[in-house]
Amino acid sequence: MTLSSRHLLGLEGMPKEELQLILDTATSFRAVLDRPIKKVPTLQGKTIVNLFLESSTRTRISFELAERRLSADVVNFSADASSLRKGETLKDTARNIEAMKIDIVVIRHSAPGAPHFLSKVIKSNVINAGDGAHEHPTQALLDMYTIRERLGQIEGLHVCIVGDILHSRVALSNIYGLLAMGADVSVCGPKTLIPYGLERMGVRVFHNIDEAIRAADVLNVLRIQLERQALAFFPSIREYRLFFAVTKERLDRANRKITILHPGPINRDVELSADVADSDCSVILDQVLNGVAVRMAILFLLGTGK
Amino acid sequence: MIVFVFHRIVCLRLTPIISIYMKANFRTIVNHQNYRIFNIGQSHYVTVPTSLTGAIFHVNEIRSFIARIVDEILRKNSNHAALAVIGIKTRGAILAERIARGIRETAGITVPLGFLDITLYRDDLGATLHQPILQGSEIDFDVTGKDIILVDDVLFTGRTVRAALDELADMGRSASIQLTVLVDRGLRELPIQADFTGTSIVTTRDQEIKVYVSEVDGEDAILIRNVGDRPQ
Repeated sequence: MTLSSRHLLGLEGMPKEELQLILDTATSFRAVLDRPIKKVPTLQGKTIVNLFLESSTRTRISFELAERRLSADVVNFSADASSLRKGETLKDTARNIEAMKIDIVVIRHSAPGAPHFLSKVIKSNVINAGDGAHEHPTQALLDMYTIRERLGQIEGLHVCIVGDILHSRVALSNIYGLLAMGADVSVCGPKTLIPYGLERMGVRVFHNIDEAIRAADVLNVLRIQLERQALAFFPSIREYRLFFAVTKERLDRANRKITILHPGPINRDVELSADVADSDCSVILDQVLNGVAVRMAILFLLGTGK
Repeated sequence: MIVFVFHRIVCLRLTPIISIYMKANFRTIVNHQNYRIFNIGQSHYVTVPTSLTGAIFHVNEIRSFIARIVDEILRKNSNHAALAVIGIKTRGAILAERIARGIRETAGITVPLGFLDITLYRDDLGATLHQPILQGSEIDFDVTGKDIILVDDVLFTGRTVRAALDELADMGRSASIQLTVLVDRGLRELPIQADFTGTSIVTTRDQEIKVYVSEVDGEDAILIRNVGDRPQ
């Protein structure tokens, strides 16, 4: 069993077997992270560039840890201190990097499709670490891994993604991945922040958080970007919180344990109340460690074999 | 024993000579125009011509190899409390289970048992043609201070054992690692040797030794065949 593509550009169209291969491989790497020496020599001699042209801390650190734990050589390329400010095109930046014999490029870019473009232009393996509001496949994979680890399986579960779906690459990748794995998927948020026609993807749409909580086994709560308020997507943070915040009272009304995920960073007491974030139904910190394992699995599957 | 060995050899397709060397005392059992067989002292070597294909040893011999290995392990390691058995996946793991069971039945002690997947430590990952399949190691005890009995089915180039040694070193500082193999087929590419061996078979590069175990393959057997032969 092998991945059909040399790149990981998105979860759109990825079959269940490939998703399962990545999750199963991640289980072995998760075990490596419990050892006294959290390192394996598997990608020794391989060079990996983290081309983060949109700012990010946690994803870049997670990738960098995954790469170093596989004994690869890591080069970090950030948006600010880059030649792109001098006007160099993405294609030329990439070609220059390739000339230095880079094996894998991990790219985050504000333009959707940038990783796809890159994969056609350079010979290295390309991993999408987030392209605009399009996809964030590694985040969705670690979300699915965390759900599977906590609840045993994904098929048949009802997962609801709460928040700003319209601008979220995490939401779209999760929708593709969870549907392929056989979960029921729903979203919940204000009408201004949910793309029109999302039902056509097979996703149920809620505009009432209590209804969503009643239906769901798992809630994946997205960060509300405070800047959106300025663009009039919702009247105020207070009003968003009043109608959509995931709080302990709302969860208690559900009468069963609901698992809470969040890609981070959390706006405490905005989309997620502090007591829920710190409760034992929250797997947010597990997501962080699982993220390293999942990224190790992807780097391993793309970086080894022909 | 004499008739039994004769019968087994006759079953194989022979051409020129099977020559069997041995390590300890020998006396001729059977003289035939094409082969001579010597009694086995402690262990024995077998050379087979390149055209030979088939099972050399079956379940009874394998059982006696494992029993002898268990005795040798217990004799050589007086401190039973520090023993642990670790098998290299896949068939080494199954043999490790049998050795651990043999130790329990012979000496009455239960040794910690673990399984090693050496995929992440292989030295050929960039050059393999197929996607390596990761199964994961399962060792739930601390290897530090333990006398590890490292078990594999066939010892060939020694690269698998080299990978296993590196992986065990990353897990802790064992007191000792003693290599146990069912079959040593020679042709080492690294300076690695077994401490306990079931049998040694002198082979050439165009031959292949396969160990079948009943838990996975339905029967116990040690087979030899030419590279390129179709599986039996």
